[in-house]
Amino acid sequence: MRLNRLTAWGAVGVAAALVLAGCSSDSGGEAEEEPSMSSEVLIPVKLQLQWFTQAQFAGYYAAIDQGYYVDEGLDVQIVEGGTDIVPQSVLADGSVDYAIAWVPKALASREQGAGITDVAQIFQRSGTLQVSFADKGISTAADLEGKTVGNWGYGNEFELFAGMTKAGLDPATDVTLVQQQFDMNAFLAGDIDAAQAMTYNEYAQLLEAENPETGELYTADDFTAIDWNDEGTAMLQDAIWANSEKLASDEEYQETTVKFIKASLKGWIYARDNPEEARDIVVAQGSQLGNSHQLWQTNEINKLIWPSPDGIGMIDEDAWAQTVDVALTTKNDQGATVITTEPDAEAYTNEYVEQALAELRDEGVDVSGEDFEPIEVTLEAGGN
Amino acid sequence: MTDLATTLAPERTAPVPVRPRERSTVGRRILVGVLAVLLLAALWELVKVVVPDGGGHLGEASVLPRTDDLAMPHVWDIVDRVLQPETSATGSPTVLSAMLSACWFTLRVALAGWLVGSIGGLLLAALMQRWQLAESALVPWVVLSQTVPLIALAPLVVGWGGRIHVGTFEWQRWMSVALIASYLAFFPVTIGALRGFQSPPAAQVELFRAQAASWNRTMLSLRLPASVPYLLPALRLGAATAVVGAIVAEVSTGTKGGIGRLIISYAQSASGDPAKPWAAIAAAALLGLVAAGLVSLLGLGLGRYRYAEVR
Repeated sequence: MRLNRLTAWGAVGVAAALVLAGCSSDSGGEAEEEPSMSSEVLIPVKLQLQWFTQAQFAGYYAAIDQGYYVDEGLDVQIVEGGTDIVPQSVLADGSVDYAIAWVPKALASREQGAGITDVAQIFQRSGTLQVSFADKGISTAADLEGKTVGNWGYGNEFELFAGMTKAGLDPATDVTLVQQQFDMNAFLAGDIDAAQAMTYNEYAQLLEAENPETGELYTADDFTAIDWNDEGTAMLQDAIWANSEKLASDEEYQETTVKFIKASLKGWIYARDNPEEARDIVVAQGSQLGNSHQLWQTNEINKLIWPSPDGIGMIDEDAWAQTVDVALTTKNDQGATVITTEPDAEAYTNEYVEQALAELRDEGVDVSGEDFEPIEVTLEAGGN
Repeated sequence: MTDLATTLAPERTAPVPVRPRERSTVGRRILVGVLAVLLLAALWELVKVVVPDGGGHLGEASVLPRTDDLAMPHVWDIVDRVLQPETSATGSPTVLSAMLSACWFTLRVALAGWLVGSIGGLLLAALMQRWQLAESALVPWVVLSQTVPLIALAPLVVGWGGRIHVGTFEWQRWMSVALIASYLAFFPVTIGALRGFQSPPAAQVELFRAQAASWNRTMLSLRLPASVPYLLPALRLGAATAVVGAIVAEVSTGTKGGIGRLIISYAQSASGDPAKPWAAIAAAALLGLVAAGLVSLLGLGLGRYRYAEVR
């Protein structure tokens, strides 16, 4: 009896000790990036991502791995996102120094009072598609009439709604709207005729899935996709956002911004020229996505960036105006628009990225990637 | 006279032999637990056989889920997937080892949260027992606290934590997760402990008062022992909710290393590799059982107080 009780308390004690020991040893191991050796002289910078580590952010990881940030005197720590982390809010409340966010979502946060400025537009094109099985005959927005159309909601739906409106459809009555899940199962099962997909993620998931009729993986020929860049309702996506207030008042922050942009652009140029190495860097950061999926993603991201005729990171006025126009005028099924008034002049600036580009050009770096050629990636089952 | 004796010393007059019964049932309970898991697996396969691949429909409305291999992979496929490497990257661990280390991380965070939540819950219950006013004032807030959606709270906690620097101490992301876990765990403990503290019959309380025992003495010698039968189930429940809280908080805040994050990561390959996310979901469910089981070990050392456990 006594022995029994002693064992029980012993077990509890051991468990408690393990918890405490485990937690305290975590504090070192859990830091997302190991601090650099000479962090006393380096300026610490935190970058907030929109999502978990994946090749969508390959440029930043490559810049850390290749030491580009350290070369600029920065000690950059990348903070991963989560399902409920809003990067632009984290940036506005001062927890991080820079954030990656889509332009329309960031503009909506700006309108609600977040003091943030787009300082570099990394993705020049939109990566959002509306994918259908080829036999449905949906290749333009007008073909969506009478179909079941999936979308993610939460502000991801505006390109689709603008596209349908432009094609003369009323999104509320001419199509059946369906809220889409994370995965493409509902689409593959036939519940959705046209599903939202990012070129670098969900579209790849389709090509990694097995076609039950043939027992082989699906191929690109099995699908058609509406590309919003072609339909003229694309909106700008991944951009580097900075804190407007600090940008206006803090000279050191202004200098840091130029350095940060410069090193990040170098990271993206590295990813352009070395997609496989960039993939390896991302995989080494502990992404659970498979190798072929990550390489596909790196390649698709490269296509969204390159070529950048004015230089990577430059905010193109026409693309910006189109984004703002769609954000102002397109109503979703709840009748809401992304923003209600034109964003003020502080919403974006090319001042810092121009300095960064000038320095890079002086170093002889190719910042426009005019002869960029995407590689061929073969996806494996399940992305492995 | 006998009545009073019964009330004053229940453990002497009502010697329910908890321990021997307890010992004989531990093995059986584990067995039943394993059987329940097997039964669930069998049920899963049965549903796959009985319900058509496209699911059940009543007119337009879908009433039963799809059961094709994409939506509900076979149990053996899930088990097989667990033993395969995560990805084809060289040196990639098997799904099993990735899940074990993720579960171990989440378990530690959840237990840290459970400890904080339980201590907080006990203190809160003691406060409410001490002052009737505190009870009337706090109970509505305690109940209200559980209606705040966790996913709204999680980013806020991370935001606050991100700005805490005291000397060399820096707030880590896992601490936010543990804090959110404790926020869920404290509720059953508070309610259970309060009921337990208030459980001694008036005669016992009056005896202590007649002997001029202080509040502390009454607490230590009467209320605390009397609360054990109420506290143990509450602590077990707290452990399970702490695990749920930790998993949700991990998903919500994107904290690296735990099983919640793994579920989301694996879910991204749901269309091409459907067994993978299910493996992680099963692991998360088992983790809750393990946590509750660990906490019920506490009960083994407290047998003499468990004369009338509220189950």
